[in-house]
Amino acid sequence: MSAQTPINPDSVNVILATDCGSTTTKAIMIERVDGVYRQTHRGEAPTTVEEPFANVTVGVINALTEIQEVSGRRLIDDDGVIIRPASGDEGCDIYISTSSAGGGLQMMVAGVVREMTAASAKRAALGAGAIVMDTIAANDRRRPHEQIQRIRELRPDMVLISGGTDGGDTKKVTEIAELIAPAKPRPRFGKSYELPIIFAGNTDARPEIDRVFGSGGFDLKITDNLRPSIEREHLGPARDMIHDVFLEHVMAHAPGYDTLMSITDAPIMPTPGAVGDILQTIARGRGINAVGVDIGGATTDVFSVFDGTFNRTVSANLGMSYSISNVCAEATMPSILRWVHIDMNERELRNRVKNKMIRPTTIPQSLEALIFEQAVAREALRLAYLQHKEFATTLKGVQQQRTVGDTFSQESGGETIVDNMKLDLLVASGGVLSHAPRMHQTAMLLIDAFEPEGITDLAKDSIFMMPHLGVLSSVHPRAAMEVFERDCLIYLGTCVAPKGSGKPGRPCFSWSLDSGARGSGELAFGEITVVELGEDETAELEAKPARGFDLGAGPGKTVSRTVRGGTVGLILDARGRELSLPEDPEHCRQAVSGVIDAVDLYPEAVPPGEGSAD
Amino acid sequence: MAKAYTPGLKVAASTAYQAHRVLPIPGTLRVAAGDVVEADTIVAETFMDGDITPLNVANLLSAQPGDIPQLMLKQEGDAVEKDEPIARNKGVFGMFKSECKAPASGTLETISKATGQVMIRGESIPVQVKAFLPGKVTEVLPEEGVVIENQVTLIQGIFGVGGETSGPIAMACDRHDQRLEASMVDESMQGAIVVGGARVTSEAIARAREVGVAAVVSGGIDDADLKDILGYDLGVAITGTERIGLTVIITEGFGDISMARRTHDLLKARSGDSASVNGATQIRAGVMRPEILIPVGDAGDSDSTGSTESGVLELGTPVRVIRDPHFGLIGTVASLPEAPQVLGSGSKSRVLEVSLETGEVVTVPRATVELIET
Repeated sequence: MSAQTPINPDSVNVILATDCGSTTTKAIMIERVDGVYRQTHRGEAPTTVEEPFANVTVGVINALTEIQEVSGRRLIDDDGVIIRPASGDEGCDIYISTSSAGGGLQMMVAGVVREMTAASAKRAALGAGAIVMDTIAANDRRRPHEQIQRIRELRPDMVLISGGTDGGDTKKVTEIAELIAPAKPRPRFGKSYELPIIFAGNTDARPEIDRVFGSGGFDLKITDNLRPSIEREHLGPARDMIHDVFLEHVMAHAPGYDTLMSITDAPIMPTPGAVGDILQTIARGRGINAVGVDIGGATTDVFSVFDGTFNRTVSANLGMSYSISNVCAEATMPSILRWVHIDMNERELRNRVKNKMIRPTTIPQSLEALIFEQAVAREALRLAYLQHKEFATTLKGVQQQRTVGDTFSQESGGETIVDNMKLDLLVASGGVLSHAPRMHQTAMLLIDAFEPEGITDLAKDSIFMMPHLGVLSSVHPRAAMEVFERDCLIYLGTCVAPKGSGKPGRPCFSWSLDSGARGSGELAFGEITVVELGEDETAELEAKPARGFDLGAGPGKTVSRTVRGGTVGLILDARGRELSLPEDPEHCRQAVSGVIDAVDLYPEAVPPGEGSAD
Repeated sequence: MAKAYTPGLKVAASTAYQAHRVLPIPGTLRVAAGDVVEADTIVAETFMDGDITPLNVANLLSAQPGDIPQLMLKQEGDAVEKDEPIARNKGVFGMFKSECKAPASGTLETISKATGQVMIRGESIPVQVKAFLPGKVTEVLPEEGVVIENQVTLIQGIFGVGGETSGPIAMACDRHDQRLEASMVDESMQGAIVVGGARVTSEAIARAREVGVAAVVSGGIDDADLKDILGYDLGVAITGTERIGLTVIITEGFGDISMARRTHDLLKARSGDSASVNGATQIRAGVMRPEILIPVGDAGDSDSTGSTESGVLELGTPVRVIRDPHFGLIGTVASLPEAPQVLGSGSKSRVLEVSLETGEVVTVPRATVELIET
């Protein structure tokens, strides 16, 4: 079957999707069961981009073969080809894929002003699913020769240049181009690869840009200005162009991707780009604000949609294996150890961290090792979210409409749009969150690191299928939505946490569920408790914060809302926001112990080797 | 029979090794197929474009960018010397002229009428690739480099810092579980690959640097000592470019840990022989571990033995536990239960039982062992 032929959504019964990661290719099968799309089987196999295979499709076929074996449905024919369309107990109707193999999409971006056009260019690249290796701007505090030196050291897959508003000055953006062209950044894919340059700046500068890059060695692509005016950011065309170039150039140079592209029914997407797409689809569909996080071994991605505006950041060196040592260096050991309630030897911990860095595939065996690893994860997530908040801002340089009260404010845009009080849904994915032995641990990692305020749903991506659903949403939105709701998310529960601070032991808020029929009580500042509320259950919550505390309706004002349960339940958190732990180590340890006991975070575990067989 | 797969480091008394020696950009080869090369033989070389120095002449002369070509004293393609005038404005009534001097020597590459920016390209930078491994050139990659082959004793370390170097093997520790202290390093080890036993101290490395040792190889190192040596806390294990005066290779891991006995015995047996070592480590997709290569003679002299690359884990296979609470202990696989078990952490994982050298049997997750040779 030829790829990317028009699909009639009503005739689709079986869908196969793969995500080709750097180490593992993960495949899922989605089937229409009783008229509803459900994820039914999964399989995985090592990714085969590198030698001796050097062909990504080998791993794809292996992962799909695993599904074939567990489902009993014949998916691959004798020639190793995916059987399409589906008929009886054979084949599938759609096959789609995402990819982050070979290090994903690596870009360099440039703009004139770091906080304006360069920031917009970075947003476009990140939104398209790229890793931004560096951002060059006229005011980035580096001297021109230092910028050139940096450009020469990088080996990007493509470069995105922005700068200038339409009809404005052309000189500055041309200067930036004149720095990049002679520096001749070397692409990753060898000497025959013409480095793609995407220009999305001032339309008047196009002839000059054409002149600068016309001398050879570059493949210049021109698209609409991503910042046509100071007040407006227009990232769509630049993101689309990045995606096109990714397919035409980057993917075409990766081993076996020409074959993979020819067998998919929709263009292959970079994995993080697909995750961003599904989160946006959900946020818009439900009219909510959402944050998603994916913490991996090397990097942590944070995605957010607030009032319809999407942002993504990649914290390149915050991760739980390859980058664990960097988390400890950035966060500092005292910050990590404040989350630990038992004695640990710091010198030994430092050596353990380095041993995890050099042998990244090991897993914690003892409870002590798990507690420490989750403490590191809290700090990695906290730092990644901090970086995200600093990046996800209103447009800088834009004069805001002001009230009399703002008269003395000198701000001209650039405030973060991330508002934890407005946050409705927080979604977790990535090993340390997904594979935590207890869902309570996942929920508390999210709460401690992200500090949601007011009332927030907590969920986790069951088997990291958001990338598959992201690309599926481009060809079959209904199937993507149905699977997301039913199989992708596991709801952990709802967090209720007032904003404000007080003295320990003083009242913080009172609450009742279903007018007291399912419980009621009061929490003092510093306390936390979990109320049972099952996975498919909802209840009417009425919560009255004490004076000075806010649950979203204003300080001291009662909030009534339907809340949803989950595998953990309703988490009532009266530790205040911003969350602060006592500075004195002994008091801090007592506070953390209190939380661990209240939430039953680490119930007594069996000694290693005496565990029960499954 | 129960089997599983797990990665391990290569430790081989004799194995055929191919060193791919390639230039970063196309260039000229200095050797041909069949040539026999030494470690420091230059096998390929090229010239990289020189550094670029930009200069905004329009700003410096307070002139319009479009007028710059008329104000230039040097044209595109001209050679310029540092501090040589390259542009001059017309001044006021022919007086008060100001000049613009070249900030660097090189060739004037471009003059931009759009921005008034001038680019000076410096001298080309020579790039040379040495053989690193003594042996025979078995393959030529036109304009790129060569493949050199030899039969070697191969030891992969777990982590290293510093780049390529070579020298004779000198044993500082007689036993595999002996700590490498400063007092064990002396002047006779100048230019040598010094082999320790268990953990190497920062004082020993400082002494080695002072004496002019080429590389230190030992079982373990303390994180705090590594920080001392580097001058910063290493965040990500991508190394090889550090300039610390010598190369350091750790064979087992961080902390008080002995070098595997077989590794130590192999190095001891080759004491005095010339070795090529590289500390470069990259722990990401396409993992790269530090290596010690000691040629054993003509290719084909002996068969490859002891490579653990296959990664098959079965009953009796020697393994090393690579995570606490049994970190560093060595034993053999006693059983490979099929069913996952609940660990002390509460996680469920597939496990194996290891019979330790002490006779004790411990249960550990399969992900926390690696294969070793005995």
